[in-house]
Amino acid sequence: MTTRFSCRPSKLLGITPIPDLLDKRLVFVTGKGGVGKTTVAVALGMRAAEAGKRTIVCEVSSQENASRIFDHTEVGFHEVEMAENLWSISIDPDESMREYVLLQLKVRAMRDMLFRSRIFSYLAAATPGLKELVTIGKIWELAQLDRRVKKGRKYDLVIVDAPATGHGIGFLQTPRTFAAIARVGPIHSQAQQLDRLITDHEHTGTAIVALPEEMPVNESAALERELRSEVGVAVDRIYLNGLYPERFTKEEIERLAALADGENGIVRAAARAATSEHDRARSQRAQLARLRRRVEAPVKTLPFLFEPELGVEAARTLARRLG
Amino acid sequence: MPAVDKILEGKDICICAGSGGVGKTTTSAAIATGMAARGLRVCVLTIDPAKRLADSLGLRELGNEASQVDPALFEQHGIEMKGELWAMMLDAKATFDELVARQAPDEESRDRVLNNRIYQQISNALAGSQEYMAMEKLFELHTEGRFDLLVLDTPPTRNALDFLDAPRRLTQFIEGRSLRFFMKPTGLAARVAGRGASVALSVFKRIVGFDLLADLAEFFNAFSGMVDGFQARAKRVNNLLADPHTCFLVVCGPQGEPIDEAVYFHRKLVEAKLPFGGVIVNKVHYPAERLRGDGADPEAALAAKLGAEDLARRVAENFADYQTLAERDARNIEHLAAELRTRGVIRVPYLDEDVHDLGGLDEINRYLFASSEQREAIAAGRA
Repeated sequence: MTTRFSCRPSKLLGITPIPDLLDKRLVFVTGKGGVGKTTVAVALGMRAAEAGKRTIVCEVSSQENASRIFDHTEVGFHEVEMAENLWSISIDPDESMREYVLLQLKVRAMRDMLFRSRIFSYLAAATPGLKELVTIGKIWELAQLDRRVKKGRKYDLVIVDAPATGHGIGFLQTPRTFAAIARVGPIHSQAQQLDRLITDHEHTGTAIVALPEEMPVNESAALERELRSEVGVAVDRIYLNGLYPERFTKEEIERLAALADGENGIVRAAARAATSEHDRARSQRAQLARLRRRVEAPVKTLPFLFEPELGVEAARTLARRLG
Repeated sequence: MPAVDKILEGKDICICAGSGGVGKTTTSAAIATGMAARGLRVCVLTIDPAKRLADSLGLRELGNEASQVDPALFEQHGIEMKGELWAMMLDAKATFDELVARQAPDEESRDRVLNNRIYQQISNALAGSQEYMAMEKLFELHTEGRFDLLVLDTPPTRNALDFLDAPRRLTQFIEGRSLRFFMKPTGLAARVAGRGASVALSVFKRIVGFDLLADLAEFFNAFSGMVDGFQARAKRVNNLLADPHTCFLVVCGPQGEPIDEAVYFHRKLVEAKLPFGGVIVNKVHYPAERLRGDGADPEAALAAKLGAEDLARRVAENFADYQTLAERDARNIEHLAAELRTRGVIRVPYLDEDVHDLGGLDEINRYLFASSEQREAIAAGRA
């Protein structure tokens, strides 16, 4: 399958410039587990909301990490306002399936029968990829200017905190795979429609979140490659999260070396912490350079935040640093 | 607070479990190396390790077979190796194919399954199949009995629960008894289930498209001869997991979220009556507690020693930031220990460099295999 939208030609030719990440209608934030995806997704949402865009951050793992950042009670399958212009929803596949059926079937008696039927829920659970498909279907629905859901709010931007799967691309690949399995029928055409949405580079953007360590750097480079070749998605940006500041020069660390080996106590501990910070910051910069060499998308760095828990303030700090 | 070698005494299997991004692969490799160094023949089963870690263990060309890590490598890193370290990278798809080949009554039914698109979907992408295949390989190696200890690095699951649930869910799907039952439009199914089921089925067909259902039917037909074999095997795999010679170690990081997940995962293990051995917290900022309350002003003390106020201020600031993280880690670990009602929390510090070779694994093992005296010394910053 060829990539329909690629970053490069437009950049080179200077025609139809690709809108900035936050000028898109839909942004997927992806990456491996434990890299701070949710915080970055929320920070992007804050940034867009502050710019006056009505924004919703969608979670798909039912872990409610976003509402946790806001110290909010669980939002569930509801669009809940977290801050001015900023909304949040946790997309549950069962609820999405239900909503999909409601929108598909106009006859009430038939819907009721379907929801009561065990065989229906069994089939829905057993069909590979169906849960992911209806989840993406709900994301599509949220991104519509003319919402299908009654009295649905219109959003300028939908940000998705995409699941961290073993393979990374699995989730975004679902519509394409599904369109291939179900050759006919409404699901087939809808899967194709969703695939078009995901690969529509004018309206849909993708950001990868990475950490400045060996393994996450390798995985992010592989993820970018696979998204391009397997899903036809060009990554817009890679956020390298948790970068330590360069606080000390090499000469200063040499001066501190004697103290770090000195007698026990607070001076030695502080000198050791400085040496350790210096080593970390240096190895992280080597990883940053490796990442830049290995990927095509622009890499932006986000600072490590020396805070006990990453809550709403941390997300705000990161929002200011997002470019 | 026992060391890993004490926890694993008399165990055949060690399963490292936890959410993604907490250093599970590295921990598994370190435990396997440490146990092998102590004289056991150990095999570590890992999925998609960092390339440099794979290289350092000589795993570059590995397929779905165990191979021995060259003993010369340990010597190069100054590690005394009394046993043998073997390693393999799991290929979930290949394992699934092998399993089908073993269970199929003949070549024709084997090929019908392997070529079925639903099967290809499941074996590649269905949530849980990677986990299930990890268990399957574990079972196979355990049955062969070639190793004293198997260390399994579980796949990164979105939800810790998936992993425990995987064998059951997958066999349920493959078994598909109720599904196959309902897919016959006539006969018993129609009579028992009545009109409701057939209407539901026709609506479902309308929604997903007929061909998908036909593929499913074909898949279940092709699989029907293997269902019993799969079920029996899944049961034995489950028994193996619950065996007292199996040990689950929960691996996590010191931040709030991974700690909560570790607590949750431990609860699931207990509920499932699976043998919990202990918890390992990686990337911990410590020591901190010993330096609290001695009343010293680090900035003044540093300025006196360094004779440079600006540098002293920055070193003190950095130290304060570090202390914030160290205090957070200590608090979170205390919470973890209380929730798990255990004192068996093993802490591995946040090292200055990424771990990607045997030297790094050996460094980690100073903590994993430390005696309580050594641990004391480390905590006091003396080691």
